[in-house]
Amino acid sequence: MATHSLMRLFRGTSVETGTNVRGSQKERLTRKSSGMNELTRVMRSEDTLCVLDIGSTSATNIRYLTELGHKPYSEDLLDASTDPSLITRDENGQQSLDSKRFLSENLTYPAAQFDVVMCWNLADYMDETLVKPVVARLWSVLKPGGALLAFFHTQEAGVDAPCYRYHIVAPDTLEMQHIEAHKDLRKGPPGAIQNSSPAGFKLQRVFNNRHIENLFRDFGSIKFFLTRDNVREVLVVR
Amino acid sequence: MESPKTADIAHIGRSVIIKGELSGSEDLYVDGQVEGTIELQGNSLTVGPHGQLRADVNAKNVIVHGVLEGNVKASERTDLRKSAVVTGDIFSQKIAIEDGAYFKGKVDIQKETPKNTHSGVKPETPAAAGNGPERASSPVVAAAVAAASSSTNTAPGDKTPVTEQKKF
Repeated sequence: MATHSLMRLFRGTSVETGTNVRGSQKERLTRKSSGMNELTRVMRSEDTLCVLDIGSTSATNIRYLTELGHKPYSEDLLDASTDPSLITRDENGQQSLDSKRFLSENLTYPAAQFDVVMCWNLADYMDETLVKPVVARLWSVLKPGGALLAFFHTQEAGVDAPCYRYHIVAPDTLEMQHIEAHKDLRKGPPGAIQNSSPAGFKLQRVFNNRHIENLFRDFGSIKFFLTRDNVREVLVVR
Repeated sequence: MESPKTADIAHIGRSVIIKGELSGSEDLYVDGQVEGTIELQGNSLTVGPHGQLRADVNAKNVIVHGVLEGNVKASERTDLRKSAVVTGDIFSQKIAIEDGAYFKGKVDIQKETPKNTHSGVKPETPAAAGNGPERASSPVVAAAVAAASSSTNTAPGDKTPVTEQKKF
């Protein structure tokens, strides 16, 4: 909490022994997270856990996890899904993304590698052709008993619900920062994929509870946490 | 960002391409292309905004403004600036990541190594190119010839295969 207060006072900077967050930062909104609170109980283990964060690179999360003694892995799957070379067309001429190629280049980890996966709002904003294959891959890289946290918008959130990246600032508190799809010099111009635009990522769909249960049907258990900001938090365990 | 102008830093310019093992005992600023390994134990490496490295790096401090594809071992600190694009694992005592930096890989925070050794076992030293009985202070040495051409070859990535796939 002291660190959180310090970050608010000195906007864009923080002082930590292990990890720093510096540079200009867009405004961050704070929200309480029951799902994160539940996940934190898992991460308070004295063992070194392997934690996969598939949201945007977050120095805050890396710091939080390393200070707990865990090994964070970072991989921005939403950004990776905007690679123009993934675009393909089916026999009807419909544009879609090559999920096989996507998975050959991303989430390439050994089976049962991770204790925790932080999925955030990926499923809401990722192209439809990738969602199920990605969830299947996440199942395989999670250890038995491993936990995955994901967020899903409710219908009330609206089609223009902005895409945020989430920073863990306390066991039950997240900071949300609006994501803008930026130009990636390695991959070419932004907006190459229909789910992104220079202004940010667009909400692709709204999952209801049944859709979410179906999406995670291969997991052992699922827990829902309803929040006030039209976001459903889901914690699944393999 | 302007490149450092002090005489104590070796500088690899934008047009320079190096393939091979790069090692030295002074600080290094790279704004060109390097493919291979970089060994600067006890010294700092800075990857400039135009730098494109496809190399494993071992240095005291590593500061990245450009593109780095490879593992980073920094005995003290790793710094990813907002324009950094880093793919690979980072082993470092401290790490700082600016907002806007892109990072894909693992972070392994290394505790400070104790100065005393146990049971007479010598501490590990990383392999370095050009091993000899003594390494006097010398400028950066490139094992491969630096070319001034603008073309590069892309080496295939080294990825760990997934051994289990859950099918839908």
